[in-house]
Amino acid sequence: MHSAGTTANNTPPPSESGVREWLNRRTGLDDLLHFTLDEPIPGGARFAYIFGSGLLFLFLSQVITGVFLALYYVPSADHAHKTVAYITKEVTAGSFLRSLHFYGASAMVVVLFLHLSQTYLYGAYKGRRELLWFSGCVLFGLVMAMAFTGYLLPWDQRAYFATTVGTNAMGEVPWIGESIKRLMRGGTEMGTLTISRFFVAHVFLIPAFIFALVASHLFLFRKAGAAGSVDENPYNPDRTRKAELFYPRQVIMDLSLTSLLIVGLGLLCFLIPVQLGARANPADTQYVPRPEWYYLPVFQWLKYWHGSAAIVGVLVIPALVVLAVIALPLLDRSVERRPWKRPVAMGAYAFLVFSLVGLGLRSRYLDRHDTGVAQQLAKQRAEEDDYMRKPFEPELSSASLAAANMTLNDPLAAKGKTIFQVRSCNACHGDGGVGTAAAPALTGIHQEFSPDQLANLFEHPTAKMKAGGMPPVDLAPDDMKALIAYIEHLVP
Amino acid sequence: MFERDSRNATLPESSPLGVSLESRRSFLGISLGLGSVFVGALLSVPLIRFALFPLLRRTTQLKSSPVGELSEFSSLTEPVMRTIHIEQVDGWRTNVSEKVVYVTKDGQGQLRVLSSICPHLGCSVPWNKQRNEFVCPCHDTIFAADGTRVSGPSLRGMDALETSVENGQLQVRFQYFRQLVSHKEVIG
Repeated sequence: MHSAGTTANNTPPPSESGVREWLNRRTGLDDLLHFTLDEPIPGGARFAYIFGSGLLFLFLSQVITGVFLALYYVPSADHAHKTVAYITKEVTAGSFLRSLHFYGASAMVVVLFLHLSQTYLYGAYKGRRELLWFSGCVLFGLVMAMAFTGYLLPWDQRAYFATTVGTNAMGEVPWIGESIKRLMRGGTEMGTLTISRFFVAHVFLIPAFIFALVASHLFLFRKAGAAGSVDENPYNPDRTRKAELFYPRQVIMDLSLTSLLIVGLGLLCFLIPVQLGARANPADTQYVPRPEWYYLPVFQWLKYWHGSAAIVGVLVIPALVVLAVIALPLLDRSVERRPWKRPVAMGAYAFLVFSLVGLGLRSRYLDRHDTGVAQQLAKQRAEEDDYMRKPFEPELSSASLAAANMTLNDPLAAKGKTIFQVRSCNACHGDGGVGTAAAPALTGIHQEFSPDQLANLFEHPTAKMKAGGMPPVDLAPDDMKALIAYIEHLVP
Repeated sequence: MFERDSRNATLPESSPLGVSLESRRSFLGISLGLGSVFVGALLSVPLIRFALFPLLRRTTQLKSSPVGELSEFSSLTEPVMRTIHIEQVDGWRTNVSEKVVYVTKDGQGQLRVLSSICPHLGCSVPWNKQRNEFVCPCHDTIFAADGTRVSGPSLRGMDALETSVENGQLQVRFQYFRQLVSHKEVIG
């Protein structure tokens, strides 16, 4: 213990009145709370401002459900579909969590669109908030990339073919398209390398960028301050105007959207759980791929551009639109924020939204009115329902002996297998000749020795083999032939 | 970093009911906090159930394997060899492997299924018809027709497996036992 009062300036520690006081002194929690909750909102709280926090909530929900799904998911063409089927059909609450992650993605696109629209319509990208707008645009792209990469991971028919089309669309980009496509797929065709790449992008790369950009988005937001009402000057806001604090009214408004999202998504996941179709069959030539609804406009748009005009439709127009959207705060430098005084901006917005909705609806309309396509789509839905009704079938491990046995159609080799067991070869060399601590593996041994050499070795083991406990194998010539035929079938 | 700017924030000085603003705000804060905790707890229920799935249900399991019809073994005079398929469920996959067992009878004439793995060092023990006994090819341990040890280095007789009868089918649950010990001890 310390000896008290030895020096004059040995002041006693401040009295620690309660845990909260102490915690606050150590962490500055009160300041942090004050900083987050007492953010001034010029012009007062509004329901129009609730979308940002709704997005943050959805993003966190995606992160949490995603981490949990990774408990059972395996990113490889061999196992991806089986593990998602396991999650959907076997694991408790698995179907619910997968649905939450799936619908959560759609909800993010919806709320993101609303957030962006609000910012645009209120002219909140203007003036001092241009960096905020830029980071928001990048976040939009990242969220769409998450939706694209995540869609493939279940590796069912729907996922496989939608992504085949999606990556093919990349191939349409002039000059470098084919390289981009190959890079995304990890090869010329879709396969297990594609899953690995999409998984890494979906789980490590893009989320890391999203975390960084959400942080900078929030930082820039607090730095620039809330945009305030539409008659506010976006360059030099009037700091003397009345402002309401974020807490409590805006918090409650924000929470109302969060509650709505929780209830809505919860009900949706409970009532219409997400389906899983049969495992992707690349040989299926009948399958009609359709992307998820938020990619339908792009899907429909790309249908119109082929041949020499493709460069305009696939590259020039989309690039111009994207650039125009990103550069908006630089292009539109007027102080005016009131929507009714910005006819050009409003017109452009209406045109873009109508185009997107129109393209999406057009795609749906064409599908419904092309009897061939409509029938095939209905058939695909029925196949998904069928697959969902089937009980979960575990995957037969490829290392499993039965798998090797199934390929053992050669009756001579089958006879050899019986000899292998009756003669207790498996006692030391293991089932399927995989080797044990007692004796080496026999798999692949036929590549080193000819059948005659093998027969000779079995009948007259070398001194080294004898020392290891290998007895001479005494078999009728036919039986020896059968045994060697079996050994030739053994694969590691 | 951030510049706190709440100077311009205007708040009503006092509430009409005479309750201090501070206490109204903290009451609301506590209600919102509790509400959030409650909703958060509710939302974590499926997450917890999802993660605790291996506690709620069996994810790994060794299934019993059919050996054959009971009637096939009614007039057994010597041990017969059967190859059984054992299915090991391991989460979303199964391992199927083949094992050799012997169906025999014990002293009371009850059916016994013996693992062919020698309890000494794990070699497969074959039945020797001529000598009417099991002879391990590795170290010459000899076992009687019911699996009891006669002579040799093994410290115990051949291991009998757990059996059951389902719809006239003899079922066996294959297990591995520790070697080089005198009592049967399940491993794995």
